[in-house]
Amino acid sequence: MSSLINRDRPLIFCPGCSHEPVVSAVDRSFQEQNLAGSDIAIVTDIGCCGLFDTFFNTHALHGLHGRALTYATGLKLACPQLTVLVIMGDGGIGIGGAHVLSSCRRNLDLTLLVLNNFNYGMTGGQYSATTPAEAQTASEFLGQLEAPLDICAVCASAGATWVDRVSARDSNLSGRISQAITNSGFSIIDITGICPGRFSKRNRQPARIIAATSESYKAGMNPNPERSGDEYGHRYRQRSRQLPKPAPPTPITGRSSPTISKPLSILFLGAAGQRVTTAAEILCRSGIHAGLQATLKSDYPITVLRGHSVSEVILSPEPIGFTASDSPDIIVALAAEGVERRFAQISNAGAACMIFRHSGIEVPPTAARIYTFNLSQKGLKPNQWALAFLALLARYHPVLDQHLLHRGLTGTFSGKRLEQAGGVFDVAGAIEPVAVSMDE
Amino acid sequence: MPSPTIFIDGNEAVARGAFDSGCRFFAGYPITPATTIFQHMLELLPPNRGICLQGEDEIASIGFCIGASMAGFKAMTATSGPGISLFSEQISFAIGGEIPLVVIDVQRLGPSTGSATKGADSDIEFLRWGNSGGLPIIVMAPVDAADCYNMTFRAFNLAETYRSPVIIASNKEIGMTKESVPVSCLQGEALKTRRCADPFRDDIYQPFQPPQDSMVPHFLPIGGKTLVRQTSSSHGPDGYITNAADTLEQGICRMRDKLISNRIELSSYQLDEDPQADTLIITYGVTARAAGDSLRMLRDHQYHVSLLVVKTLFPVPEKLLEKQINQVSRVVVVEMNVGQYVREIERFSGAGEIEFFGKMNGELISPEEIYRAVTS
Repeated sequence: MSSLINRDRPLIFCPGCSHEPVVSAVDRSFQEQNLAGSDIAIVTDIGCCGLFDTFFNTHALHGLHGRALTYATGLKLACPQLTVLVIMGDGGIGIGGAHVLSSCRRNLDLTLLVLNNFNYGMTGGQYSATTPAEAQTASEFLGQLEAPLDICAVCASAGATWVDRVSARDSNLSGRISQAITNSGFSIIDITGICPGRFSKRNRQPARIIAATSESYKAGMNPNPERSGDEYGHRYRQRSRQLPKPAPPTPITGRSSPTISKPLSILFLGAAGQRVTTAAEILCRSGIHAGLQATLKSDYPITVLRGHSVSEVILSPEPIGFTASDSPDIIVALAAEGVERRFAQISNAGAACMIFRHSGIEVPPTAARIYTFNLSQKGLKPNQWALAFLALLARYHPVLDQHLLHRGLTGTFSGKRLEQAGGVFDVAGAIEPVAVSMDE
Repeated sequence: MPSPTIFIDGNEAVARGAFDSGCRFFAGYPITPATTIFQHMLELLPPNRGICLQGEDEIASIGFCIGASMAGFKAMTATSGPGISLFSEQISFAIGGEIPLVVIDVQRLGPSTGSATKGADSDIEFLRWGNSGGLPIIVMAPVDAADCYNMTFRAFNLAETYRSPVIIASNKEIGMTKESVPVSCLQGEALKTRRCADPFRDDIYQPFQPPQDSMVPHFLPIGGKTLVRQTSSSHGPDGYITNAADTLEQGICRMRDKLISNRIELSSYQLDEDPQADTLIITYGVTARAAGDSLRMLRDHQYHVSLLVVKTLFPVPEKLLEKQINQVSRVVVVEMNVGQYVREIERFSGAGEIEFFGKMNGELISPEEIYRAVTS
C-alpha cells in the first residue's frame, strides 16, 4: 500500500514539534497493515493533535474537546469493519476522562493515541492532567498543586487490553502503533513528546522533567489478559442475536356500547409498594374493554419503596383532554402517605363523590359518602388492597363488572400472578363494608 | 364501532415511533422522566439488528449517536433538563456538522436538577438557543401519546431531509402518562431518508457542498468507499477548516436558510377557530389538552374564543402567528412555565394585547385556570 498522507495539507506544526514524527509513524503503520484510506476513520478532537485527521486521506471525524471517543464508539459499533483510530491530547484525556475510563471498561476495538506533550499548547501552555508537578506552565503555581495522572496505569486498571508508552521520537513508533491497532479490543498508547512552542520555553530541561513520569509501561502489554477475545462489539452482536423479539402491545377492542355516558375520574391514594399504579392500569384496561377511553397519570417521589403513590384515572366515552380532576368521582384511600397529598381534594369532595377507604386510614371531614372496608381482616395484605378495591368498584359502580375486570387483568398479568390476582378479586368481591360513614 | 386500541404512554409511543421510522441506533443515560424511552429502545433494537447503548453520561450518549449517524444510521437519544444541558455542545456540533439526529427532551421541572418526577415546559427557549452559534433548529411539542408516535416519524423525516438535529419537547405529563390510543391514530407518514451523493459520479466528494436544486448537502456515510470528512470546526464545502470570511458566511447563511426558508413546510399546528372570536388562546404541549377542555367551557358560556395549538415551535411559524393574532383583539398565551414562548408571540403583537398565563409548580394547568385567565 502507498502512503495515505494528504499532500494538499502540509504539516503546520511548530519547528521541532513532537507531533510531526507521529504523523509519519501513523502513515507507516497504515502501510505496514496494508490499509486503504477508506478502511480507516481518524477521529480527533481539539488541540494541535486535533489537526491530525486533515493530514491523511482517510475518513475523518473531528469533534469537541475530549469527546472523540464518544463519536468513535458510535461509529465503530455502526461500522464494525472500519479501523477507527482516535487521536487525543493530554488535554482531551483530562476533560474527557469519563469517556477514557468507559472505553477501557467497554473494550470496543478502538485505538487511542494520546499525543501527550504535558500542556495545553494551543491556548498558551497551561497545565494538563499529565503535567509533572515540577514543571513551569502558564497556569503558574496551579499545576504544582496537583498530582499528574499516569494515563497508562489508569487505563490498565480500568480494563484496557493494550497499554503502551513510547516516545514520539522512538524509531519503532510505527510498529508500536500497528501492535495497538492489531489488538482486538481497546488499545491506548501514551506517546510522550515535547511542545517546543510552550513547554520548552518555560522549562530548561524538558526531557528530564517528562522522563520522570514515564518509567512504567515502557513496553506494550495487555495488563488484562483475562479479557483477551472479549471485544465489546463482538460480544454485543453475539448477545443481541440471542434476544427474543418483543411483541407489540396487544390492541383491545372494547364493547360497542360504553358502560357509562359521562367521564368518571378515580383517584387512588396509596403508598409505595401497594401496587397502586398496577391496579390503576388494570382499571384502565378494563375500561377500554368497557368501550371507554382511559388516561392514567401517576405521581410518586423518586424513592422507590417509600413515600406516596398517587394514581389518577379518567374513563370516558369521549376523547380525554385534561388528565387530572379537581373533583374526582371516586377516591380510593389506601395509605396515609397518599391521603396527605390530596387532603384538600377529600375535604372539598361533594356528596356525589364515593370514598372507598381501608379501615384505619384517616380521612378529613368531607361531604362525600365513605365506604369503609376491612380487607386485612379477610387476610388481604396492604400490597393487595389496591387490586382488591377494583373488585369492590366493580360491585358498587356500573363502570365495570367482574367480567370486564378479568379481561383487564389478563391483559396485565399472566401465569401465577394472574392466578394470585384472581384470588384477590374472589376474596374482595364478597367483602361487605364495615361502615358507610366515618365511624367504624 | 370501537376501534382496536392500545394503552401506552408518550415515552413508549416515542420508542415505537422511532423504531417504525427505521431508527436503529439509540443511546441514552438514565434520567427521570425519560428513562423508559431507553428501556423500550433496549427491548426493541438489539433483537432487531439495531444498537442500543447506555452512555457513561449524556455527552457520551449523544456523541455515540453522532458517530452512528455519520455511519448512516437513523439515530436518537432522549433525556430531560439536566441532560439537555449536557447535550448542548454536541447539539451545536450536529447543527454545524449537519448531522441528522432526533433528540427527545421529556421535560421536567427546572431549574437545574429541579424535580425529577414533576412536569413543566422548562426548556423551550433553551432548546432553541442552547447551542453555540445560534443557528436555527427544529423543535416540536407533542400533545399526547399519539402525537409522540407520529411526531417522532416526522422528526426523523425532517432530520433526514434537512440534515439537522430535530428536538421533540415532550413533558413528564405526556411521557409518563398512559392513555388509550386507537391503533388507527398511529399512522406515521411516508418515510424519507437523507439524500446521498453518487460516489461514482462525484470525483471528489464535497461533504458540505449543496447540489444546485437544494440547500442541503448530499450525505455519504463514513466507512464507505468514498472518503468522508466531518468536522465540528468552521469549514468550507470540502470539510476542511477554513477562516475565509466569504466561505464561512456562505455556509452559515445556508444552514440558517435551509430551515428558515422552509418555515411553512416545517410548520404544524392545530387551529380550532371561531369566526367571531375576539380572543385567541395560544398554547402547546400537554397544556393544549386543558386548553381544549377550557375552550368547550368558554363556548358553552357564549364566549367567542379560538385556540391555536402550535406543534412546530421552531422555526417560529411567523406567518401563521401574524395572521391569527391580527384577527383578534386579545391573545392569551398559556405555558407550563414562567413565560418563554410568549416572547416569540409578542413579536407579532399589533394593536392587540398579548397576555400571559403560566404556572410552574409541578402541577398541570387546569381547564378552570385557563377559563378564569380568559374571562378575567
